[in-house]
Amino acid sequence: MVKVGVLALQGGVIEHINMLNKISGVEAVEVKKAEQLAHIHGLIIPGGESTTIGKLMAKFNLKEPVIQYAKNGMPIWGTCAGMILLAKHIVNQDWSYLNLMDIYVRRNAYGSQLDSFISYQLIPKVSSEKLPLVFIRAPYIEKAEGDVEVLAELNGKIIAAEQKNLLATSFHPELTDNLSFHRYFVDKIIHNDTVKTG
Amino acid sequence: MSDRYELNKNLAQMLKGGVIMDVTTPEQAQIAEKAGAVAVMALERVPADIRKEGGVARMSDPKMIKEIKNAVSIPVMAKVRIGHFVEAQILEEIGIDYIDESEVLTPADEMFHINKREFKIPFVCGARNLGEALRRIGEGASMIRTKGEAGTGNVVEAVRHIRMIMSEIRKLQLMPKEELMTAAKEMGAPFHLVEYVAENGRLPVVNFAAGGIATPADAAMMMQLGCDGIFVGSGIFKSGNPEKRAKAIVMATTYYNDPKVIAEVSEDLGEPMVGIEIDKISEENRMAERGW
Repeated sequence: MVKVGVLALQGGVIEHINMLNKISGVEAVEVKKAEQLAHIHGLIIPGGESTTIGKLMAKFNLKEPVIQYAKNGMPIWGTCAGMILLAKHIVNQDWSYLNLMDIYVRRNAYGSQLDSFISYQLIPKVSSEKLPLVFIRAPYIEKAEGDVEVLAELNGKIIAAEQKNLLATSFHPELTDNLSFHRYFVDKIIHNDTVKTG
Repeated sequence: MSDRYELNKNLAQMLKGGVIMDVTTPEQAQIAEKAGAVAVMALERVPADIRKEGGVARMSDPKMIKEIKNAVSIPVMAKVRIGHFVEAQILEEIGIDYIDESEVLTPADEMFHINKREFKIPFVCGARNLGEALRRIGEGASMIRTKGEAGTGNVVEAVRHIRMIMSEIRKLQLMPKEELMTAAKEMGAPFHLVEYVAENGRLPVVNFAAGGIATPADAAMMMQLGCDGIFVGSGIFKSGNPEKRAKAIVMATTYYNDPKVIAEVSEDLGEPMVGIEIDKISEENRMAERGW
C-alpha cells in the first residue's frame, strides 16, 4: 500500500484525497503534524493561500521536518500555492518558504479571479491524452535553473516542472476528473528508491 | 455548467480551512494578511459600526477598495447591497476577486436578489437554511455563508443557521426519490439542486460560517459543526489586540479538532469585542432577516 499524505493546513485538501483514493493500492491521509511524516511515502502540498499555509507550517513546526524529508528524497508535489512553497525564489519578494526547488515563481501571475482560466494541453511525460489544466489565480515559473526538468509550458511560461523527487504544477489536476497527474505522482513514489512502500 | 462558474466555485474551494477578515483600511488589510487570512473583505464600516451609526449602508468607495487591493497579495472581496446589480457591475469592473451580496448592507431590492449568472465575477451569499442557500446557488452564487447576526459578537445565529442547513441536508439524504419534488416545493428551492444535495450529502458549493464569530473557540465550533471556513467581521478589529486575535482565529480554524491548540491560542488575547444579545435588537435591525 502506498501512503500519500496531503498537507492539511488550509486549501484544497479533500480534493486531492478523493483523487488519490480512486487509485488502487493508494491510501491518502491528511497531514497536520510533523510526526505524521514518518508514516507516509510521499506528500502533496495543495492549493490554497501560500501566505497562510507558509505561516502555519512555520508556526506548527512542519517547515523544517518537511525540508528534511524532502532532502532525504521523499517525493513532494506542490500544486499552485504548493509550487510557491517549494520554490527557492519568489519574484518581487526577498524571501521564500521551503527553499527546495531551483525555480523562480511569480505569484498571481495571470491576475485576479477574472483572469482564472482552463486550458487543455498534451504533457507527454504524464499522459498520452490532452489534459484539462485549471488555473486559479495561478502562479507560473519564470525561470528554472540547475537540473530542473520542464514538463509543460503555456505561452512561453513554465507551468509544470520536476527536480529529482520534487514536482510542481501551476494548475490543479485535483479540480478535474482526470487522474493522470495523481497516477504520475504515485508512480514517482513507487519508483523512488529512498521510499519503502509495503 | 460553464467553465467560468466552475472556476469561481474552484476559487472558493481554495479558501477552505481559512479565515476571511473584514478590513476598512490598507493597514488593516496588511495586518490580516500577515496574520494568515486567506482573503480580506474590503468595506468602509465593519458591521458593528453600521449597526451603531445606522443610516443606509452601501457599497464602499471603489477607490478605497482598490487601495486595499493594491496593499495585499491575497484575494479581495467586497460587499454590494442585496439586489443592487449596478454596484456589482462596478466591482466587476474594478477587478476584485469575489462579491458578497450582503444583508449587512441596506437591501436595494426587497423582491429580488441579483441574477448572478450574468456576471463573470464570483458571488458569495448568506443563507439561514437550505432552501435559501439553494435559491442563491440557483441564481448563480458560487459560495455560501451562514448569515449569523453580523456585528453582534454573538455566534448564536450562525450556529442556528449551520445546524439548520446540516440537519436539512441529512433529511434529504434519507428521503426516497419520490419525496424530493415535494421537499423542493416546500423549501422553495430548485429541484435539480435538491437532487444534488440528496445524492451528495452536501451543498454543491463551499459553505463558510459568518456573523458573530469573535473568538478562536467560536471559529473552531463552526468548523466542527461542518463549515468549510470562517468569515470574521467586526470580531477582529473591534477587539483589544486585533493582530493577536486574528492569528489565534486562523490557528483555531486549521486545528479546529485539537482542543490543545485551541486552548493555547485562546490565552491572553485581550478584550474581545463587546457582544450584543440578539433579543435586545429590534426586529427591523436584525440583518439576518434581510433577503429571502
